Amino acid sequence: MMVAARRPWDMWLETVGAWLLGILWLLPLLYALWAAFHPSYYATRFEPLAPLTLANFEAAWQAAPFARYLLNTTMLVSLILASQFVLCTLAAFAFARLTFPGRDLVFAVVLLQLMVMPDVLLVENYRLLARLHLVDTIVAIALPYLGSAFGIFLLRQTFLTIPQALDDAARLEGCSLLGRLWKVYVPLARPTYIAYGLVSVSYHWNNFLWPLVITNSVTTRPLTVGLSVFASTDQGIDWSIITAATLMTSAPLLIAFLLFQRQFVQSFMRAGIR
Amino acid sequence: MRRETIHAWLLLLPALILLMAFTHWPAIATLIDSLYATPHGSRPPPYVGLDNYDGLISDPVFWQALHNNAVYAAATIPAAVVLALVMALAVNQALPGRAVLRMAYFLPTMLPMIAVANIWMFFYTPDYGLFDRFVGLFGGGRHNWLGDPDTALSAMMLVAVWKEAGFFMIFYLAALQTMPTDLREAAALEGSSWWNYFRRVTFPLLMPTTLFVLVNAVINAFRVIDHVVVMTRGGPDNATTLLLFYIYETGFRFWDTGSAAAATVVLLAILGAFAALQFGVLGRRVHYR
Repeated sequence: MMVAARRPWDMWLETVGAWLLGILWLLPLLYALWAAFHPSYYATRFEPLAPLTLANFEAAWQAAPFARYLLNTTMLVSLILASQFVLCTLAAFAFARLTFPGRDLVFAVVLLQLMVMPDVLLVENYRLLARLHLVDTIVAIALPYLGSAFGIFLLRQTFLTIPQALDDAARLEGCSLLGRLWKVYVPLARPTYIAYGLVSVSYHWNNFLWPLVITNSVTTRPLTVGLSVFASTDQGIDWSIITAATLMTSAPLLIAFLLFQRQFVQSFMRAGIR
Repeated sequence: MRRETIHAWLLLLPALILLMAFTHWPAIATLIDSLYATPHGSRPPPYVGLDNYDGLISDPVFWQALHNNAVYAAATIPAAVVLALVMALAVNQALPGRAVLRMAYFLPTMLPMIAVANIWMFFYTPDYGLFDRFVGLFGGGRHNWLGDPDTALSAMMLVAVWKEAGFFMIFYLAALQTMPTDLREAAALEGSSWWNYFRRVTFPLLMPTTLFVLVNAVINAFRVIDHVVVMTRGGPDNATTLLLFYIYETGFRFWDTGSAAAATVVLLAILGAFAALQFGVLGRRVHYR
C-alpha cells in the first residue's frame, strides 16, 4: 500500500497505532473471558493470581435449557443452508444459462431483496405465518430467508464464469439439464458454495429479532433468543454467569472461526466482490 | 411455449415463490394495511385512508425515533467506514503480528449482536462497570451511561461501530489485494507522497468498494436493533428508540398493526431513497474497473 521510500519512524508509528486499535478492539472479548473464568468476586478485580473456575459455565448451563437451544439453532441453520443451496442453485442456473422472455426484469425484481430484507417486514411476515398456523415453529423462523436474492446473485455470477464449452460438451454426451447443472456447474462453483455457506451460517446463527418475534417456547427458541430470555429474567445480575452464558452461545461459531480463519475471511471477501 | 422457457420457470419457481411471499408481498401488503385500521377480532378492518399516517405525524415518539435513527446513521456509518479503511490499510502491509491484528479487527463480526450487547451492558454499568472505573481513574464520578438520555444513544453507537468496522474492513482488504502494483511503482519513481498516492490512486480505485460498503452500512443502520432490544428497550425516555424498534414495539407490544404498517412504509421509503441515491448519484462518480 505504501509508496516505496518511507522512513522507519513512520512504520514504527503505524505499527503502534494499529496495535493500539487492535488491543482496543480485543478488550471487550478479553474482558468477557476474564469475567467468565473467574469467580464473580473478581469480575472487576484484575488480580493476576485470581483463581480460575468453570463454575460460571456450570451455573449458566443448569439455569436454562441451553442444550435444547443449541439443538434448535443447529436445526434452524441446517434447514436454511440446505434449502438455500438447492433453491438458489436452480434459480441461479436459470438466470445464468437459460434464455427466456422477461429474464432481466425477473432478475431485477429478485435483486430488490438486497435492499429490502425480510428483517424489516416483521409485522407482515408475522401475520402471514400466523395465517398459516406456523407461529412458534423452527420452519417459521427459516421460511422468510429460504429464497435468498444474495445467494442467487452470488451463484449466478459464478455460473457465468464457467466456460460454455464445458456445458456444450456435456450436452453432446447426452447429459440432461439437471445432469449438467449437477456434474458441471455445482462442482466448479464449490468455493462460492463454501463462501455463501459460511456467510449464511454466521448470519443465521447470530440472527435475533425475527426469531424473537416468531418464537415463544423452549422447543423452538434459537440460542440468541434463549440467551436474551436468560439474561433478562433476573440472574440477580450476576455478570459472571451472564458472561459465561454469552460466551457459551457464541463459542461454536467463534471456535470454528478461529480454526478456519483463512476460509472465513476469504469467504466474506468473495461474497463481497460483486 | 419454448421448452427452454418452461425449464427456466420450473427452475425459478421454488425460489421465486418463497422470495416474493416473504419480501415483495409483505412490502405491498404493508402499503395496503397502512390504509386500514388495526383489525379487532374477526371483523374486516375499515378503510381509514391516511389516518394511520396522521397518527404517526402527531406521535412525538415516532419523530424521536426518526431523529434518533438519523443521528445514529450519520454518526455510525462514517465512523465505521473510515475505521474499516484504516484497518484494511494497516493489515494490508507487512506489520508485525498482522494475522493476529486482522483477527482482532474481524472478531466482533462473528459474535451475535445480542452477545455483544450483554458484554457492553456490563461495561456501562454505573460504579463497577469498566467505563466508570476507567473514568474514575481520572477523578470522574459515577455515571449511568445507558440510563442518561444524553449518553445512551452515543453508547449504543459505540457498540455498533465496534461490531461493524471489522466486517467492512474485509471488503476493503479484498479490494486492496487486487490492486495493481505497477501503479505504486510508477508513483514511487515519481517520488509521490503516501497521502498524495492514496488520494489520487488508492481511494478512487476503492470507490466501488466504498459504494458497496455504504449500501450495507445504511441497510444495517436501519435493520439492526438487537442491541436496543437487549440493552435499553428504547429508553431512557425514548432516547435510543430507532425506527425499526418503534415498529417492533408498535406492532408486537401494543399490537397496533395499522400504525406499525404506516411506520414500515416510512422505513421502506427511506431504504428506497437511499438505494436510488447511492446507485444514481454516487454510482456515476464511481470508477469501474
